[in-house]
Amino acid sequence: MKVEARFLLGLGLFFGLIGLVYWLWSGEDAGGVMLGAAMLLGFLPGSYYLYWSRRMDPRPEDDPAATPASGAGVVGAFPGSSIWPFTLGMGAFVTVLALVFGIWLLLPGLSLVAWALLGGVAESRRGGHV
Amino acid sequence: MVDVLERPALRAEPPPEAHGPTGLLKWLTTTDHKVIGLSYTVTAVIMMVIGGAFAEIIRAQLASPNGTLVSLAQFNELFTMHGSVMIYLFAGPFAFGALANIIVPIQIGAPDMAFPRLNALSYWLYLTGSITMLSGFFTAGGAASFGWVGYAPLSNSLNTPGAGADLWIGGLLLTGFSAIFTGVNLVATIFYLRAPGMTMFRMPIFTWNLLVTAILILLAFPVLTAGLIMLYADRHFGTHIFSVAGGGVPVLWQHIFWFWGHPEVYILALPFFGMVTEIIAVFSRKPVFGYKGMVFATISIAALSLGVWAHHMFTTGVVLLPFFSMMSLLIAVPTGIKIFNWIGTMWRGEVWFSAAMLMALGFLVTFLIGGLSGVYLASPPLDFFTHDTYFVVAHFHSVVMALVMAGMAGLYYWGPKFTGYLLNETIGKVQFWFLFVGTQVFTLPLYLVGLRGMPRRVAIYPHDPQWKFLNDLSSVGAVLIGISTLVFVANLVYSWKRYPAGPNPWDGQTLEWFTTSPPPHHNFYRLPPIRSERPTWDYNHPEHRTVPHGPRNGDGA
Repeated sequence: MKVEARFLLGLGLFFGLIGLVYWLWSGEDAGGVMLGAAMLLGFLPGSYYLYWSRRMDPRPEDDPAATPASGAGVVGAFPGSSIWPFTLGMGAFVTVLALVFGIWLLLPGLSLVAWALLGGVAESRRGGHV
Repeated sequence: MVDVLERPALRAEPPPEAHGPTGLLKWLTTTDHKVIGLSYTVTAVIMMVIGGAFAEIIRAQLASPNGTLVSLAQFNELFTMHGSVMIYLFAGPFAFGALANIIVPIQIGAPDMAFPRLNALSYWLYLTGSITMLSGFFTAGGAASFGWVGYAPLSNSLNTPGAGADLWIGGLLLTGFSAIFTGVNLVATIFYLRAPGMTMFRMPIFTWNLLVTAILILLAFPVLTAGLIMLYADRHFGTHIFSVAGGGVPVLWQHIFWFWGHPEVYILALPFFGMVTEIIAVFSRKPVFGYKGMVFATISIAALSLGVWAHHMFTTGVVLLPFFSMMSLLIAVPTGIKIFNWIGTMWRGEVWFSAAMLMALGFLVTFLIGGLSGVYLASPPLDFFTHDTYFVVAHFHSVVMALVMAGMAGLYYWGPKFTGYLLNETIGKVQFWFLFVGTQVFTLPLYLVGLRGMPRRVAIYPHDPQWKFLNDLSSVGAVLIGISTLVFVANLVYSWKRYPAGPNPWDGQTLEWFTTSPPPHHNFYRLPPIRSERPTWDYNHPEHRTVPHGPRNGDGA
C-alpha cells in the first residue's frame, strides 16, 4: 500500500507544482484549473492509501518473502456470466442516439439503462445468474 | 453465478471448469477478462482495417495533384474519420482494452479484472461508440468532416451542420466512458489483486506501463468528455462557450482538447512501450536492463505529458511558449532512457530474431525517427515553420506506425497465450518486411514534402514535380503497408489451429507463461513462488535465478 500511496501523492505533488508555476507565469485559467484538478486526482486517492497503509498489516502482495500459501483464503467474489452489462451498454447506446435523432429515443434508452441497473443490483444481491 | 475464489497454491489440483452459456450467448454475457479482451482485439483489428482502407483512398487521391477519386467534401470526411477511427477506435482500445485486458491480470496472478461486469460494460460502450461514429457515413450530410480534433468554430452547427458531427460527438462520449471504466478497472486490479509476493517493484514492465496509462486515462478522458458536452451544448442548446459572437473563446476548445489529446498520445504509446520491453527481454534471454529506471522513466513521461498540451497550439499566439517548449523537450530525457535500456537489454543477449522480435526492433527504429522529429517540433521557431504541413503528419505517422509494429509484435508474442496456437513465423517475417519498408517509404517522403511547404488536409495541390514525386513515393509506401495487412490476415487464416503453442513457447519470464495456453477459467491452477520480476524464469531455470534488487526485495534465493 505504501508504494501505491507514494506513487499517487508524488504525481499529485508534481501536478500541483507545475500547475502553480504555469498559472502564475501564464495567467491562463483553463490550464491552471485542469492541472489543479489533476493534482486532486493524485492527492485524494493517494491520501486514502497513505491513511490505510499506516493502519493495516502489510498484505501478502506487499511482502517480498510471501509464498503462494501466505495468500491462502478468499480472494474475492467474481460474478459469472451476466446479461446486464450488455443491456446497460445498449441503453447507453440508444440514449446517445437520442442526442442525434430525437428526444423520443430517451424513453427506450433510459428505460433500458434503469432496467439494467436494477437487474445488475438484484443479481449481485441474490448471488447472480444469467 | 458468482465464484468465490480461493488462492491457487503450488501444485493444487485443477479446479472444475466453470459452466456457463455457450455460443452467441456466451459472447453477450461473458465477464471473463480473456473473452472480453479477445472481443476488444477482434473489434480493434477490424477498426484498423477500416481506418487503413480510408488511408489507402486518401493516398490514392493524393497520388496525382488533381486527383478526382473523391470529391473535396468526401476527402474532408475521409481524413477526419481516418484519424478518428485510428486514434479513438483502434490504437487506444487495442492498447488498453485488448492486450491489457487479457494479459495484465495473468501477469500479476489475478483471477480476473477487479470489476468483471464493469469490464464487460466497457466493451459494449466501445463497440456501440464505434458503430455510432462510423454510422455518420450513412446520414444525408455524411460523416464528421472537421478533422479528428474537431476545432471550434469549424465544428459548430453553422459550419458543420448535420447528424454526422453529432454522431462523432456521441461515439466519442461512449468510447470515452468505456476508456474511463477500463482505467478504473486496471488501477483497482493492479492495486488489489496481485499474487502473494508480487510487490509493486516485481510487476512486469507491461503491467507497470498499464497502471500509469490507466492513471493518465483517469486524468485526461473526463476533460474530453466535458469538452464534448460543451461542444454539443454550443451546437444545439444555444450556448456560446466556444463562439466569439456570444462572448465565448474558441481557443478554449483547443486547451480542453489537447489537455486530453497530448496525454492520449502517451495513453496510446505507453502500453506498446511495455509490450516491446517484455518482448526484447524474452527474445534476448535476459532480464530487463535497468528495471527501476524503466519504471521511473514511464512515470516521468506520464507526469510530463500533462504539462505539454499547448505545444499543439504554438501558432495560436496565445500560449506560454517557453513553458510548453521546455516541458516538451524534457520528455526526450525519459524516452531516451527507455531506448538506452532496450538496447542495454539486447546487449550481449542471445537475440532470437522471431517475427515478434523483428516487429519490436522495427518499432525501435521507427519510433526513434518519429520521436526525434518530435523534438524538432517542440521548438517554437521550427514549429512555426512546419505547423500544419506534412512534416507534422510524417512525425506522428512515424510514431503511430511504430506503435502498429509494436502491436503486431504483441499479437505474435501473446497471441499463442490466449488462442493456444502460434502464428506462422515465416509469414510473420514477410509481413514485417512489408510493414517496415512500407512505413519508411510512406513517411520519409512526407517529411520532405512538408519541409517544402505542402499543407496537410488538402485534396488537391499545385503541380510541382517534387511534390508529385514525393507524394507518389508515399502512396507506394501506403500500398506496401496495405499488403502487409493482407499478409497478416493470410497468416491468421493459414495458421488457424495449425501450430499448438503449449504453455511457454518462447521460454517467457513472467507469470502469464506459467499457466496453460489458453489459461483456464480464472487463469491459474497453481502459482510459483514470486521472488523477482521474472517468476516463471526463476521456476524453470533455478540455475539462472534473477538476482533480487536488494536485501529487502527478496529472500536471496
